[in-house]
Amino acid sequence: MTTLKPGEVNLGTTIMAVKFDGGVVIAADSRTSTGTYVANRVTDKLTKVEERIYCCRSGSAADTQAVADIVKYHLDLYTSQHDEMPTVKVAASLFQEICYQNKNNLSAWIIVAGWDKQTGGDVFEIPIGGSLHRPEFAIAGSGSSYISGFCDKSYRPGMSKEECIEFAKNAVGLAITRDGSSGGVIRLAVITKDGVERQVVYGNELPTQYTG
Amino acid sequence: MTSIGTGYDLSVSTYSPDGRVFQVEYAQKAVDNSGTAIGLRVKGGVVLAVEKIKHSRLLVPNSNKRIMTAGKHIGVASAGWMSDTRHLVKRTRDEAHNYHDIYKTNAPAKIIAERMGMYVQAYTLYSAVRPFGVSTILACIDEDGPQLYMIEPSGQYVGYRGCAAGKGKQAAKTEIEKLNLEELTVREAVKEAARIIYAAHDDAKDKLFELELSWICEESNNLHTHVPQAVLEEAIEYAEKALNEDDDEMEDDEE
Repeated sequence: MTTLKPGEVNLGTTIMAVKFDGGVVIAADSRTSTGTYVANRVTDKLTKVEERIYCCRSGSAADTQAVADIVKYHLDLYTSQHDEMPTVKVAASLFQEICYQNKNNLSAWIIVAGWDKQTGGDVFEIPIGGSLHRPEFAIAGSGSSYISGFCDKSYRPGMSKEECIEFAKNAVGLAITRDGSSGGVIRLAVITKDGVERQVVYGNELPTQYTG
Repeated sequence: MTSIGTGYDLSVSTYSPDGRVFQVEYAQKAVDNSGTAIGLRVKGGVVLAVEKIKHSRLLVPNSNKRIMTAGKHIGVASAGWMSDTRHLVKRTRDEAHNYHDIYKTNAPAKIIAERMGMYVQAYTLYSAVRPFGVSTILACIDEDGPQLYMIEPSGQYVGYRGCAAGKGKQAAKTEIEKLNLEELTVREAVKEAARIIYAAHDDAKDKLFELELSWICEESNNLHTHVPQAVLEEAIEYAEKALNEDDDEMEDDEE
Protein backbone atom coordinates (compact mmCIF):
# COMPACT_ATOMS: atom_id res chain seq x y z
CA MET A 1 0.00 0.00 0.00
CA THR A 2 2.70 2.49 0.92
CA THR A 3 5.12 3.78 -1.67
CA LEU A 4 7.53 5.53 0.65
CA LYS A 5 11.02 6.37 -0.43
CA PRO A 6 13.84 4.39 1.25
CA GLY A 7 14.48 5.86 4.65
CA GLU A 8 11.36 8.04 4.53
CA VAL A 9 9.48 8.39 7.79
CA ASN A 10 6.23 6.41 7.92
CA LEU A 11 3.20 7.38 9.92
CA GLY A 12 2.29 3.66 10.13
CA THR A 13 -0.63 4.48 12.30
CA THR A 14 -4.09 3.89 13.47
CA ILE A 15 -6.38 6.90 13.17
CA MET A 16 -10.13 7.27 13.48
CA ALA A 17 -12.95 9.75 13.72
CA VAL A 18 -16.54 9.24 14.94
CA LYS A 19 -19.46 11.63 14.52
CA PHE A 20 -21.97 12.29 17.30
CA ASP A 21 -24.79 14.77 17.68
CA GLY A 22 -22.97 18.01 18.38
CA GLY A 23 -19.45 17.15 17.25
CA VAL A 24 -16.83 14.54 16.54
CA VAL A 25 -14.34 12.42 18.46
CA ILE A 26 -11.00 11.91 16.75
CA ALA A 27 -8.27 9.55 17.89
CA ALA A 28 -4.79 8.43 16.87
CA ASP A 29 -1.83 6.42 18.10
CA SER A 30 1.53 8.17 18.52
CA ARG A 31 4.12 6.07 16.70
CA THR A 32 6.25 7.32 13.78
CA SER A 33 8.53 4.66 12.36
CA THR A 34 11.43 4.46 9.89
CA GLY A 35 11.52 0.75 9.20
CA THR A 36 11.74 -0.90 12.60
CA TYR A 37 13.11 2.17 14.39
CA VAL A 38 10.50 4.25 16.19
CA ALA A 39 11.52 7.76 15.24
CA ASN A 40 8.94 9.41 17.50
CA ARG A 41 6.93 7.54 20.16
CA VAL A 42 4.86 10.56 21.20
CA THR A 43 3.80 11.92 17.81
CA ASP A 44 0.75 14.17 17.49
CA LYS A 45 -1.08 12.99 14.39
CA LEU A 46 -4.15 15.11 15.10
CA THR A 47 -3.39 18.33 13.30
CA LYS A 48 -5.43 21.51 13.49
CA VAL A 49 -6.24 23.15 10.15
CA GLU A 50 -8.88 25.51 11.52
CA GLU A 51 -10.35 26.33 14.92
CA ARG A 52 -12.92 23.53 14.74
CA ILE A 53 -11.45 21.39 11.92
CA TYR A 54 -8.74 18.78 12.43
CA CYS A 55 -7.13 16.21 10.21
CA CYS A 56 -5.82 12.81 11.23
CA ARG A 57 -2.68 11.97 9.29
CA SER A 58 -1.41 8.59 8.14
CA GLY A 59 1.02 7.52 5.41
CA SER A 60 4.13 9.55 4.77
CA ALA A 61 4.79 11.99 7.62
CA ALA A 62 6.38 14.51 5.25
CA ASP A 63 3.60 14.34 2.68
CA THR A 64 0.79 14.67 5.18
CA GLN A 65 2.47 17.53 7.02
CA ALA A 66 3.00 19.39 3.76
CA VAL A 67 -0.58 18.87 2.58
CA ALA A 68 -2.00 19.89 5.96
CA ASP A 69 0.10 23.07 5.93
CA ILE A 70 -1.20 24.03 2.49
CA VAL A 71 -4.81 23.35 3.47
CA LYS A 72 -4.33 25.34 6.66
CA TYR A 73 -3.12 28.29 4.57
CA HIS A 74 -6.10 28.06 2.23
CA LEU A 75 -8.59 27.83 5.09
CA ASP A 76 -7.02 30.86 6.71
CA LEU A 77 -7.51 32.76 3.47
CA TYR A 78 -11.07 31.44 3.20
CA THR A 79 -11.92 32.72 6.68
CA SER A 80 -10.57 36.19 5.83
CA GLN A 81 -12.36 36.38 2.50
CA HIS A 82 -15.70 34.98 3.61
CA ASP A 83 -15.70 36.57 7.05
CA GLU A 84 -16.90 33.27 8.43
CA MET A 85 -15.51 29.85 9.31
CA PRO A 86 -15.28 27.25 6.53
CA THR A 87 -17.31 24.07 6.78
CA VAL A 88 -15.64 20.70 7.28
CA LYS A 89 -16.79 19.86 3.76
CA VAL A 90 -14.79 22.77 2.33
CA ALA A 91 -11.69 21.66 4.23
CA ALA A 92 -12.12 18.08 3.04
CA SER A 93 -12.62 19.30 -0.56
CA LEU A 94 -9.32 21.18 -0.36
CA PHE A 95 -7.55 18.10 0.97
CA GLN A 96 -9.06 16.07 -1.82
CA GLU A 97 -8.02 18.53 -4.51
CA ILE A 98 -4.39 18.34 -3.42
CA CYS A 99 -4.33 14.59 -2.82
CA TYR A 100 -5.98 13.80 -6.14
CA GLN A 101 -4.05 16.22 -8.35
CA ASN A 102 -0.75 15.02 -6.85
CA LYS A 103 -1.70 11.39 -6.46
CA ASN A 104 1.48 10.13 -8.16
CA ASN A 105 3.74 11.96 -5.75
CA LEU A 106 1.92 11.56 -2.48
CA SER A 107 1.42 8.80 0.04
CA ALA A 108 -1.34 10.12 2.27
CA TRP A 109 -4.41 8.56 3.88
CA ILE A 110 -6.18 11.36 5.72
CA ILE A 111 -9.29 11.72 7.84
CA VAL A 112 -10.79 15.22 8.09
CA ALA A 113 -13.19 15.83 10.94
CA GLY A 114 -14.62 18.74 12.89
CA TRP A 115 -17.62 20.85 13.71
CA ASP A 116 -19.27 23.59 11.68
CA LYS A 117 -22.39 25.71 12.13
CA GLN A 118 -24.12 24.31 9.05
CA THR A 119 -23.85 20.57 9.67
CA GLY A 120 -22.67 20.13 13.25
CA GLY A 121 -20.18 17.27 13.50
CA ASP A 122 -18.81 15.95 10.19
CA VAL A 123 -16.32 13.26 9.16
CA PHE A 124 -14.60 12.78 5.79
CA GLU A 125 -12.04 10.22 4.62
CA ILE A 126 -9.51 10.63 1.80
CA PRO A 127 -7.72 7.36 1.04
CA ILE A 128 -4.64 6.98 -1.18
CA GLY A 129 -5.59 8.13 -4.69
CA GLY A 130 -7.59 11.12 -3.54
CA SER A 131 -11.21 10.01 -3.46
CA LEU A 132 -13.54 11.70 -0.99
CA HIS A 133 -15.88 9.79 1.31
CA ARG A 134 -18.31 10.92 3.97
CA PRO A 135 -18.97 8.10 6.43
CA GLU A 136 -20.48 8.29 9.94
CA PHE A 137 -17.17 7.07 11.32
CA ALA A 138 -13.82 6.49 9.63
CA ILE A 139 -10.75 4.39 10.41
CA ALA A 140 -7.48 4.61 8.53
CA GLY A 141 -3.80 3.76 8.65
CA SER A 142 -2.02 0.40 8.71
CA GLY A 143 -3.60 -0.52 12.05
CA SER A 144 -7.14 0.02 10.78
CA SER A 145 -7.26 -3.30 8.95
CA TYR A 146 -7.08 -5.15 12.29
CA ILE A 147 -10.09 -3.36 13.76
CA SER A 148 -12.52 -3.20 10.81
CA GLY A 149 -14.54 -6.10 12.20
CA PHE A 150 -14.51 -4.74 15.74
CA CYS A 151 -15.63 -1.30 14.57
CA ASP A 152 -18.37 -2.58 12.29
CA LYS A 153 -19.73 -4.69 15.14
CA SER A 154 -19.42 -2.08 17.88
CA TYR A 155 -20.61 1.04 16.11
CA ARG A 156 -24.21 2.08 16.63
CA PRO A 157 -25.74 5.22 15.09
CA GLY A 158 -26.75 7.86 17.62
CA MET A 159 -24.04 7.15 20.19
CA SER A 160 -23.40 9.82 22.80
CA LYS A 161 -20.14 11.72 23.15
CA GLU A 162 -18.98 9.46 26.01
CA GLU A 163 -19.87 6.30 24.08
CA CYS A 164 -17.91 7.56 21.07
CA ILE A 165 -14.87 8.23 23.26
CA GLU A 166 -15.03 4.69 24.67
CA PHE A 167 -15.49 3.29 21.17
CA ALA A 168 -12.43 5.19 19.89
CA LYS A 169 -10.25 4.23 22.87
CA ASN A 170 -11.17 0.57 22.50
CA ALA A 171 -10.61 0.52 18.75
CA VAL A 172 -7.26 2.31 18.67
CA GLY A 173 -6.11 0.31 21.70
CA LEU A 174 -6.83 -2.98 19.94
CA ALA A 175 -5.08 -1.81 16.76
CA ILE A 176 -1.99 -0.79 18.71
CA THR A 177 -1.85 -4.26 20.23
CA ARG A 178 -1.76 -6.01 16.83
CA ASP A 179 -0.12 -3.49 14.46
CA GLY A 180 3.65 -3.10 14.79
CA SER A 181 3.54 0.31 13.10
CA SER A 182 1.08 1.65 15.69
CA GLY A 183 1.96 2.26 19.31
CA GLY A 184 2.74 4.68 22.08
CA VAL A 185 -0.17 6.60 23.59
CA ILE A 186 -3.67 7.22 22.31
CA ARG A 187 -4.33 10.85 21.56
CA LEU A 188 -7.98 11.91 21.56
CA ALA A 189 -9.73 15.16 20.72
CA VAL A 190 -13.40 16.02 21.07
CA ILE A 191 -14.52 18.85 18.78
CA THR A 192 -17.81 20.64 19.43
CA LYS A 193 -19.15 24.14 18.96
CA ASP A 194 -17.70 25.01 22.36
CA GLY A 195 -14.14 24.09 21.47
CA VAL A 196 -11.61 21.28 21.30
CA GLU A 197 -10.87 19.10 24.35
CA ARG A 198 -7.70 17.06 23.98
CA GLN A 199 -6.76 14.05 26.05
CA VAL A 200 -4.01 11.43 26.21
CA VAL A 201 -4.60 7.81 27.19
CA TYR A 202 -1.50 6.00 28.40
CA GLY A 203 -0.84 2.28 28.07
CA ASN A 204 -1.81 1.54 31.66
CA GLU A 205 -5.17 3.27 31.24
CA LEU A 206 -6.33 1.29 28.21
CA PRO A 207 -9.65 -0.56 28.29
CA THR A 208 -9.12 -4.23 29.11
CA GLN A 209 -8.08 -6.58 26.33
CA TYR A 210 -7.39 -10.29 26.26
CA THR A 211 -3.66 -10.74 26.30
CA GLY A 212 -3.36 -14.50 26.80
CA MET B 1 -27.33 67.54 -13.75
CA THR B 2 -24.51 67.20 -16.24
CA SER B 3 -21.11 68.54 -15.29
CA ILE B 4 -18.35 69.14 -17.79
CA GLY B 5 -15.02 67.71 -16.70
CA THR B 6 -12.97 70.09 -18.81
CA GLY B 7 -9.73 68.23 -19.14
CA TYR B 8 -10.08 65.98 -16.10
CA ASP B 9 -12.50 63.69 -17.85
CA LEU B 10 -10.36 62.40 -20.68
CA SER B 11 -9.25 59.22 -18.98
CA VAL B 12 -10.43 57.09 -16.12
CA SER B 13 -6.98 57.21 -14.55
CA THR B 14 -7.35 60.92 -13.80
CA TYR B 15 -8.90 62.51 -10.73
CA SER B 16 -10.43 65.97 -10.91
CA PRO B 17 -9.31 68.56 -8.37
CA ASP B 18 -12.51 67.99 -6.40
CA GLY B 19 -11.78 64.27 -6.13
CA ARG B 20 -14.07 62.87 -8.82
CA VAL B 21 -13.33 60.39 -11.58
CA PHE B 22 -15.50 61.71 -14.37
CA GLN B 23 -15.23 58.71 -16.66
CA VAL B 24 -16.88 56.55 -14.01
CA GLU B 25 -19.63 59.14 -13.61
CA TYR B 26 -20.13 59.19 -17.37
CA ALA B 27 -20.39 55.40 -17.33
CA GLN B 28 -23.18 55.81 -14.79
CA LYS B 29 -24.91 58.09 -17.29
CA ALA B 30 -24.84 55.28 -19.85
CA VAL B 31 -26.63 53.12 -17.31
CA ASP B 32 -29.19 55.83 -16.66
CA ASN B 33 -30.05 55.92 -20.35
CA SER B 34 -31.08 52.29 -20.47
CA GLY B 35 -34.35 50.52 -19.71
CA THR B 36 -35.19 50.04 -16.04
CA ALA B 37 -34.11 46.94 -14.18
CA ILE B 38 -35.24 46.11 -10.66
CA GLY B 39 -34.65 43.43 -8.05
CA LEU B 40 -36.82 42.51 -5.06
CA ARG B 41 -35.70 40.30 -2.20
CA VAL B 42 -38.46 38.72 -0.17
CA LYS B 43 -38.52 35.96 2.40
CA GLY B 44 -39.11 33.14 -0.05
CA GLY B 45 -36.75 34.21 -2.82
CA VAL B 46 -35.60 36.93 -5.19
CA VAL B 47 -37.34 38.42 -8.21
CA LEU B 48 -35.68 40.29 -11.09
CA ALA B 49 -37.59 42.36 -13.64
CA VAL B 50 -36.42 44.34 -16.64
CA GLU B 51 -38.11 46.87 -18.92
CA LYS B 52 -36.79 45.66 -22.24
CA ILE B 53 -37.17 48.61 -24.60
CA LYS B 54 -37.73 47.37 -28.13
CA HIS B 55 -36.23 49.48 -30.85
CA SER B 56 -38.08 47.78 -33.64
CA ARG B 57 -41.33 45.90 -34.22
CA LEU B 58 -39.30 43.37 -36.18
CA LEU B 59 -37.63 42.02 -33.05
CA VAL B 60 -38.61 38.47 -32.18
CA PRO B 61 -40.52 38.42 -28.87
CA ASN B 62 -38.60 36.93 -25.94
CA SER B 63 -35.29 37.27 -27.74
CA ASN B 64 -32.38 39.46 -26.64
CA LYS B 65 -32.79 38.60 -23.01
CA ARG B 66 -31.46 41.06 -20.50
CA ILE B 67 -31.66 38.71 -17.56
CA MET B 68 -28.92 36.08 -17.61
CA THR B 69 -27.98 33.10 -15.49
CA ALA B 70 -24.45 32.86 -14.17
CA GLY B 71 -24.32 29.59 -12.32
CA LYS B 72 -27.59 27.77 -11.66
CA HIS B 73 -28.32 29.57 -8.40
CA ILE B 74 -27.27 33.02 -9.63
CA GLY B 75 -29.34 35.45 -11.71
CA VAL B 76 -28.10 38.71 -13.22
CA ALA B 77 -30.26 41.54 -14.54
CA SER B 78 -28.64 44.64 -15.89
CA ALA B 79 -29.12 48.19 -17.03
CA GLY B 80 -26.69 49.71 -19.47
CA TRP B 81 -24.63 48.32 -22.32
CA MET B 82 -25.76 44.75 -22.99
CA SER B 83 -22.43 43.91 -24.60
CA ASP B 84 -20.64 44.90 -21.40
CA THR B 85 -23.13 42.84 -19.42
CA ARG B 86 -22.43 39.73 -21.47
CA HIS B 87 -18.72 40.13 -20.84
CA LEU B 88 -19.25 40.61 -17.12
CA VAL B 89 -21.61 37.64 -16.87
CA LYS B 90 -19.14 35.43 -18.69
CA ARG B 91 -16.54 36.39 -16.12
CA THR B 92 -19.03 35.77 -13.30
CA ARG B 93 -19.76 32.31 -14.68
CA ASP B 94 -16.05 31.53 -14.70
CA GLU B 95 -15.65 32.79 -11.16
CA ALA B 96 -18.62 30.76 -9.90
CA HIS B 97 -17.34 27.70 -11.71
CA ASN B 98 -13.80 28.10 -10.39
CA TYR B 99 -15.07 28.49 -6.86
CA HIS B 100 -16.99 25.26 -7.17
CA ASP B 101 -13.97 23.48 -8.61
CA ILE B 102 -11.89 24.30 -5.56
CA TYR B 103 -14.38 24.25 -2.70
CA LYS B 104 -16.87 21.74 -4.15
CA THR B 105 -19.72 23.91 -2.98
CA ASN B 106 -21.75 26.76 -4.50
CA ALA B 107 -20.25 30.21 -4.16
CA PRO B 108 -22.15 32.35 -1.66
CA ALA B 109 -23.71 35.57 -2.96
CA LYS B 110 -21.32 37.86 -1.11
CA ILE B 111 -18.36 36.18 -2.76
CA ILE B 112 -19.89 36.45 -6.24
CA ALA B 113 -20.74 40.09 -5.63
CA GLU B 114 -17.21 40.73 -4.40
CA ARG B 115 -15.63 39.05 -7.41
CA MET B 116 -17.84 41.04 -9.79
CA GLY B 117 -17.16 44.27 -7.92
CA MET B 118 -13.41 43.69 -7.97
CA TYR B 119 -13.50 42.92 -11.69
CA VAL B 120 -15.53 46.01 -12.55
CA GLN B 121 -13.30 48.15 -10.35
CA ALA B 122 -10.20 46.96 -12.18
CA TYR B 123 -11.51 48.65 -15.30
CA THR B 124 -11.52 51.99 -13.48
CA LEU B 125 -7.78 51.94 -12.92
CA TYR B 126 -6.26 52.08 -16.39
CA SER B 127 -6.53 54.62 -19.16
CA ALA B 128 -6.19 51.85 -21.72
CA VAL B 129 -9.68 50.54 -20.99
CA ARG B 130 -13.04 52.12 -20.29
CA PRO B 131 -15.23 51.39 -17.29
CA PHE B 132 -18.18 49.01 -17.61
CA GLY B 133 -21.29 50.91 -18.63
CA VAL B 134 -23.59 48.65 -16.63
CA SER B 135 -25.20 48.35 -13.25
CA THR B 136 -25.78 44.69 -12.61
CA ILE B 137 -28.37 43.40 -10.19
CA LEU B 138 -27.34 40.07 -8.73
CA ALA B 139 -29.87 37.62 -7.32
CA CYS B 140 -28.82 34.51 -5.47
CA ILE B 141 -30.00 32.04 -2.86
CA ASP B 142 -27.25 30.69 -0.64
CA GLU B 143 -26.88 29.25 2.88
CA ASP B 144 -27.91 32.61 4.34
CA GLY B 145 -31.12 32.73 2.31
CA PRO B 146 -32.15 34.97 -0.59
CA GLN B 147 -29.63 37.66 -1.44
CA LEU B 148 -29.71 40.74 -3.67
CA TYR B 149 -26.73 42.90 -4.65
CA MET B 150 -26.18 45.70 -7.13
CA ILE B 151 -22.76 46.32 -8.69
CA GLU B 152 -22.22 49.78 -10.16
CA PRO B 153 -19.74 50.96 -12.82
CA SER B 154 -17.38 52.17 -10.12
CA GLY B 155 -17.09 48.63 -8.83
CA GLN B 156 -18.98 49.44 -5.67
CA TYR B 157 -21.42 46.75 -4.63
CA VAL B 158 -24.05 46.90 -1.94
CA GLY B 159 -26.60 44.41 -0.63
CA TYR B 160 -30.23 45.42 -0.98
CA ARG B 161 -33.71 44.31 -0.15
CA GLY B 162 -34.92 46.17 -3.23
CA CYS B 163 -32.99 48.05 -5.89
CA ALA B 164 -33.42 49.68 -9.29
CA ALA B 165 -31.23 50.91 -12.12
CA GLY B 166 -31.82 52.56 -15.48
CA LYS B 167 -33.93 55.43 -16.70
CA GLY B 168 -36.94 54.75 -14.50
CA LYS B 169 -34.97 54.07 -11.33
CA GLN B 170 -36.27 57.03 -9.35
CA ALA B 171 -39.90 56.16 -10.02
CA ALA B 172 -39.15 52.49 -9.39
CA LYS B 173 -37.35 53.15 -6.10
CA THR B 174 -40.29 55.22 -4.84
CA GLU B 175 -42.63 52.34 -5.59
CA ILE B 176 -40.29 49.74 -4.09
CA GLU B 177 -40.02 51.68 -0.85
CA LYS B 178 -43.79 51.52 -0.48
CA LEU B 179 -43.73 47.72 -0.55
CA ASN B 180 -43.59 45.61 2.60
CA LEU B 181 -40.82 43.34 1.38
CA GLU B 182 -40.63 41.43 4.66
CA GLU B 183 -44.17 40.13 4.26
CA LEU B 184 -44.56 39.60 0.51
CA THR B 185 -44.54 36.12 -0.95
CA VAL B 186 -42.55 35.44 -4.12
CA ARG B 187 -45.74 35.19 -6.17
CA GLU B 188 -46.86 38.59 -4.90
CA ALA B 189 -43.40 40.05 -5.49
CA VAL B 190 -43.50 38.90 -9.10
CA LYS B 191 -46.74 40.79 -9.66
CA GLU B 192 -45.46 43.87 -7.84
CA ALA B 193 -42.23 43.83 -9.85
CA ALA B 194 -44.24 43.78 -13.06
CA ARG B 195 -46.46 46.61 -11.82
CA ILE B 196 -43.43 48.71 -10.90
CA ILE B 197 -41.79 48.21 -14.28
CA TYR B 198 -45.00 49.21 -16.03
CA ALA B 199 -45.37 52.20 -13.72
CA ALA B 200 -41.79 53.33 -14.24
CA HIS B 201 -42.07 52.99 -18.00
CA ASP B 202 -42.43 56.30 -19.75
CA ASP B 203 -44.58 55.88 -22.85
CA ALA B 204 -43.53 59.26 -24.16
CA LYS B 205 -39.89 58.23 -24.37
CA ASP B 206 -40.18 54.68 -25.73
CA LYS B 207 -43.41 53.24 -27.04
CA LEU B 208 -42.49 49.58 -27.42
CA PHE B 209 -41.25 47.54 -24.52
CA GLU B 210 -41.34 43.99 -23.28
CA LEU B 211 -41.34 42.85 -19.65
CA GLU B 212 -38.77 40.25 -18.66
CA LEU B 213 -39.25 38.51 -15.30
CA SER B 214 -37.15 35.95 -13.50
CA TRP B 215 -36.99 34.43 -10.04
CA ILE B 216 -35.12 32.18 -7.63
CA CYS B 217 -37.40 30.54 -5.10
CA GLU B 218 -38.66 27.25 -3.79
CA GLU B 219 -41.01 26.93 -6.73
CA SER B 220 -38.05 27.09 -9.09
CA ASN B 221 -36.12 24.60 -6.93
CA ASN B 222 -33.79 27.39 -5.85
CA LEU B 223 -32.55 27.69 -9.43
CA HIS B 224 -32.59 30.93 -11.36
CA THR B 225 -35.11 30.75 -14.19
CA HIS B 226 -37.38 33.05 -16.13
CA VAL B 227 -40.85 32.80 -14.64
CA PRO B 228 -43.24 30.33 -16.30
CA GLN B 229 -45.41 31.75 -19.08
CA ALA B 230 -48.58 31.56 -16.98
CA VAL B 231 -46.98 33.51 -14.13
CA LEU B 232 -45.67 36.10 -16.59
CA GLU B 233 -49.08 36.60 -18.15
CA GLU B 234 -50.72 36.90 -14.75
CA ALA B 235 -48.15 39.49 -13.73
CA ILE B 236 -48.60 41.51 -16.92
CA GLU B 237 -52.37 41.45 -16.47
CA TYR B 238 -51.98 42.70 -12.90
CA ALA B 239 -49.58 45.42 -14.01
CA GLU B 240 -51.78 46.62 -16.85
CA LYS B 241 -54.82 46.68 -14.60
CA ALA B 242 -52.98 48.72 -11.98
CA LEU B 243 -51.84 51.13 -14.68
CA ASN B 244 -55.38 51.52 -16.03
CA GLU B 245 -56.73 52.12 -12.54
CA ASP B 246 -54.21 54.91 -12.11
CA ASP B 247 -55.27 56.37 -15.45
CA ASP B 248 -58.93 56.13 -14.41
CA GLU B 249 -58.15 57.96 -11.17
CA MET B 250 -56.42 60.69 -13.14
CA GLU B 251 -59.44 61.08 -15.42
CA ASP B 252 -61.69 61.51 -12.41
CA ASP B 253 -59.46 64.26 -11.05
CA GLU B 254 -59.58 66.17 -14.28
CA GLU B 255 -63.32 66.31 -14.13
